[in-house]
Amino acid sequence: MNDLTSSAIPPVGPDDHVRGEGEEGIVVYADLGCPHCAADWPRLRESHGRLVFRHFPVASKHPRSPALHAAAEAAGHQGRFFEMVDSLYADRGHVDDPHLWQRIEHLGLDLERFETDRRTDAVQARIRADFQSGIRAGVAGTPAVFDACTLQTVREREF
Amino acid sequence: MIAVGEQAPDFTLRDQDGEKVSLSDYRGRKVLLIFYPGDFSPVCGDQLSIYQEVKPEIVEKGVELVGISVDSFYAHKAFQEKLGIDTTLLSDFEPKGEVARAYGSYLDAPLGFANRTLALIDEDGKVAWTYESPNPGEFPGANVIFDALS
Repeated sequence: MNDLTSSAIPPVGPDDHVRGEGEEGIVVYADLGCPHCAADWPRLRESHGRLVFRHFPVASKHPRSPALHAAAEAAGHQGRFFEMVDSLYADRGHVDDPHLWQRIEHLGLDLERFETDRRTDAVQARIRADFQSGIRAGVAGTPAVFDACTLQTVREREF
Repeated sequence: MIAVGEQAPDFTLRDQDGEKVSLSDYRGRKVLLIFYPGDFSPVCGDQLSIYQEVKPEIVEKGVELVGISVDSFYAHKAFQEKLGIDTTLLSDFEPKGEVARAYGSYLDAPLGFANRTLALIDEDGKVAWTYESPNPGEFPGANVIFDALS
């Protein structure tokens, strides 16, 4: 059984998706189907030294999210994870499979490999592991931004 | 908020389909009552959506989830469909907030709805654990539920 009790976010490791250099930076739990994440993404990706992206798809709220996270992960297998994330956040209106294929072709990636990779158990497990680490750290909305192990950014709302 | 160890006040409310549901229907099982301010509010939507994502793990621990707010059961149905969730939602509609008041969760005027609170009821109908958010704008992450169940 998976342990979902409280725990700090895992330290940044070799399996993480990291953009930028250095030890200082932020860890972002984000949902690729989330409009708030898309709105914040340009600021997040530009304003910090090292950015670590962790998957937090909320499928009930954004039904297409699991497929988008799998697509980004599969693009990552070909070395273009963040390019796919940038692409998905830049254009949220075209996220069906044909649109994903177009994005893959635009990035110059192997479409056949992409189609295989995004459906593997390993990709699903990778995404789920990130999601569960976010749950354990108390992520209650996206994007959730951590500086070291401390949650820094929460969207303030009345109720 | 109602005290841990007390007998949980029984109630009968309508669910999102208009069917009557009583707390006593859950006797012999654990149930987590999720009091929340109102359908379609941004925070309530996030809360119930995230709980839905880990619902299999909660159910695996022998706990059922039940949401309760002052909205009508018609609103509950629409909210449930909008969120794509299957958590039972009960309508504490008339007398407004009566069940929330019985659990010490109700926020009086000018708010007029339940605070964001959780109450775990054990197999014997006793309150086993509670959580009360500092304000309705914050909700406990699902980790808090798993801490209580561990």
